[in-house]
Amino acid sequence: MLETAFFYLFGGLAVFAALGVILSANTMYSAMWLILCFFNASGLFFLLDAEFLGIVLILVYVGAVMVLFMFVVMMLEVNKAQKREGWLNYLPVGGMVALILFIELIAASTSGIFSTGNMAMASHMGAEVNNTVEIGKVLYTEYLLGFEIAAIILLVALIGAIVLTLRERKDAKYQNISKQVQVRKEDRLRKVSM
Amino acid sequence: MIPLSNFLIVGAILFSLGVVGLFLNRKNVIAILMCIELMLLAVNINFAAFSHFLGDLGGQIMVFFVLTVAASEVAIGLAILVAYYRQRRSIAVEDINTLQG
Amino acid sequence: MVHATTEMTLNTVELMAIPLLPLFGAMAAGLFGWVLKDKLSHWITSSCVILSALLSIHVFTQVLNGAEFYGNFWTWIASGDLVVNIGMMIDPLTTIMMVTVTVVSACVHIYTIGYMHGDPGYPRFFSYISAFTFSMLVLVMGNSFFTLFFGWEAVGLFSYLLIGFWFKRESATTAAMKAFIVNRVGDFGFAIGILAVWYYFGTVDYREVFALVEGFVATNQVMHFMGMDVEALTFICLALFVGAMGKSGQVPLHVWLPDSMEGPTPISALIHAATMVTAGVFMVARLSPMFEYSEVALAVVIIVGTITAFMCATIGLVQNDIKRVIAYSTCSQLGYMFVALGISAYPIGIFHLMTHAYFKALLFLAAGSVIHAVHHNQDIRLMGQLRKYMPITYITMLLAGLALAGIPPFGGFFSKDMIIEAAYARDMGWVSEVAYWALMSGVFMTAFYTFRMFFLTFHNSDRVPAETKAHVHESPWVITVPLMILAVGAVGAGMWGDWGLHMTSEEVAHGYFRDSMMILEEHNPLVKLELLEEDHTKSHFWLEYGALILALSGIFSAFFMYFKESPLPAKLAAMFPGVYQFLLNKWYWDELYAVTIVKPTRALGTFFWQKGDLAMIDRGLIHGVIVNSVKAGASFMRNIQSGMVYHYAYAMVIGVFGLLTYLMLNA
Repeated sequence: MLETAFFYLFGGLAVFAALGVILSANTMYSAMWLILCFFNASGLFFLLDAEFLGIVLILVYVGAVMVLFMFVVMMLEVNKAQKREGWLNYLPVGGMVALILFIELIAASTSGIFSTGNMAMASHMGAEVNNTVEIGKVLYTEYLLGFEIAAIILLVALIGAIVLTLRERKDAKYQNISKQVQVRKEDRLRKVSM
Repeated sequence: MIPLSNFLIVGAILFSLGVVGLFLNRKNVIAILMCIELMLLAVNINFAAFSHFLGDLGGQIMVFFVLTVAASEVAIGLAILVAYYRQRRSIAVEDINTLQG
Repeated sequence: MVHATTEMTLNTVELMAIPLLPLFGAMAAGLFGWVLKDKLSHWITSSCVILSALLSIHVFTQVLNGAEFYGNFWTWIASGDLVVNIGMMIDPLTTIMMVTVTVVSACVHIYTIGYMHGDPGYPRFFSYISAFTFSMLVLVMGNSFFTLFFGWEAVGLFSYLLIGFWFKRESATTAAMKAFIVNRVGDFGFAIGILAVWYYFGTVDYREVFALVEGFVATNQVMHFMGMDVEALTFICLALFVGAMGKSGQVPLHVWLPDSMEGPTPISALIHAATMVTAGVFMVARLSPMFEYSEVALAVVIIVGTITAFMCATIGLVQNDIKRVIAYSTCSQLGYMFVALGISAYPIGIFHLMTHAYFKALLFLAAGSVIHAVHHNQDIRLMGQLRKYMPITYITMLLAGLALAGIPPFGGFFSKDMIIEAAYARDMGWVSEVAYWALMSGVFMTAFYTFRMFFLTFHNSDRVPAETKAHVHESPWVITVPLMILAVGAVGAGMWGDWGLHMTSEEVAHGYFRDSMMILEEHNPLVKLELLEEDHTKSHFWLEYGALILALSGIFSAFFMYFKESPLPAKLAAMFPGVYQFLLNKWYWDELYAVTIVKPTRALGTFFWQKGDLAMIDRGLIHGVIVNSVKAGASFMRNIQSGMVYHYAYAMVIGVFGLLTYLMLNA
């Protein structure tokens, strides 16, 4: 019973926060709503016994990704008034598509194809089962290749982001170490015969 | 005991809201990126739910990978956005129209 | 499936080298002629062909001692039941052809060095004639209908290329096209014949087919063809013979051969006198085990040969182009050969083929020497008294003329007389009767036109235009040496073939050809001739000497009319203007074809071009329907291509949902 109450709390707040994300005029508010949404989704993960993922979602998403978002939003000084301009033009198409999609998803979810009857549902594992350990066992054995690739993708993203945003500024002064090392005494000292 | 379909419905709602947001926010690429995050989150909820109800950790591993890729995507996407903003002084979707020639 | 070789074996490497050497020469001169330049090109090709000729002679001597070869080298096509092997069948018939082809080809190669000197396409020419030699050797040496067909088509191709060698002349390209198209008609029949062979016998290998023929005749199969019931074997033979008619210039497919004289003279000698045009004769002789069982086909062969022999001889009487006279003579002599085949005297047909190859090639080369001397003028009305300037050409041409006319002891006498006598002895009712009398009259005409041309060229009055006269001279040694070599052949081939090789032996098996040809006992005209001559109750004077008398009288009437300038020919032409015009216009065959085939075809083509292609497809379909719909579609589609990335992204999203909906509805 308590679980059900928490589910509706987390679920309802997540949906509410999502509405806030798409409707608020200020991008900064949108980001804030999204953080709230993530928190609630993390709660849903806890309800699903995915404790590790719940923590990761908060740490990685809220702690890193959303901070990046907010950082960029603040850096780019976006015109607030502009965000809502003309948004109704696309509402019919977008609304229709989303509505149809929603109906289809609901129809699929409740059609009974995903009924729990034919699933080997493991009920609560209990406190003695450590979700992080279980994930670690699988991640470093069965999914090792995928894990490595994910690491490489992150590395590429890291380098890519730097390459994309790096620019040499003419007005900034910086050292050229190879030039400094290569310097010879003739370059610095000139004998003048008097 | 919460049935599976409840989680799926929450996922569906979040996903649909993400799609609506995709269509509505045309002045701001950052908002679009956030909508994509929303959609990915909905997918993640579904994965986690299925993982739980099937008793298979594979779903959670998949969420893990999705998170990784999403993080990379955000990093690259925002970097492109910053680079673009330097060029155009705008991040409105409508201004991304160099393809028109 | 390599068959065991028979009896004394021949060296396969040597056999392979005979056709491959000319091919090598052809490729060297054809692909690298621009590097090799003129001199190396002719050295390589000529030495290859000469070597090939020497090897052929070596093989010939071995075959003379009883060696034979039959075997496959590799499988060319294997498709279901159809298995085609590349192989060779070397027997006396093949070897006599090989020797003839390579020797004449070698002479022509050497001759060409002088004749084509300075021509811009010099290496190309050598490449073509060497490649032609290769194809002809494949044609005669092969052991299946497919190799025969390959050689058949390849010689046709090189004939086309060589007739149109001077492709800047419109008349040459037209003649080349004519030769190719007319040959297409014949080759179509030929192809049908080969397919029919495969259909009925299930194999295209000579030996296997020949082994099945007798049993096949016994089953008496009938074929339905164009609403008629034809005996299957007759159909096969006739279809194959249509090919022979095309290739060998027989009526009504003879029209291309005189026109082919547009090509350079060496190829007239090689292709359109000595070798390619005799491919039809060779083919019928090779397939004697099939033709022998079809009376109808044999009769058709005789009739076609007779008509050609007679008609082309009459045309030759009045032609003024030196090469055309010889060309019509070639047609006519090919007619003689076919009559020989039709009356089942295959050895005699091949014998005449051989002697004819030498003296006709000689005639052409001598004519070429004359043409070369008078600066490519071919009109005998503008020659005369040339014997003073070119004695070697004069003498060799005289020998060739005598051989063609059939004066003993020169080449043509032995073979041609034998054909006529055999035609008399072969007892086929009106068919052989008509053939006999047509051939007899042909003898007179042959002698007459040959010596008319000869006297007009070398005797009579001097009508050479003044400006060329200063340059008239005997040709260089590269031209005269082949003439002399061939003169030996023209003089000696008859005696050698008759007395040395016993080609005219009444039982084929006892003569040179052994079992390479088959003659049914009741057909064999030579045995009948023998019986006839042993019958001393009747006089055989006319049979034995008639042809000779006619030939001599032909020469004398030519002498009388043309040796000195005389008004007689003109008077004769004035007396019978209709006949003269009829002959001068070659029996109006070209005009007939123009009216019945060329014009309707052209009209049909013009109709399809103007109405079908230009009006309907170009204007109606392309510029009408297609262009307009593309325009309309483009202006519609242009709206979708907004250039806005987010439109494309939305399209993608909507597309995903569309697909999802589709899957949902079909689930």
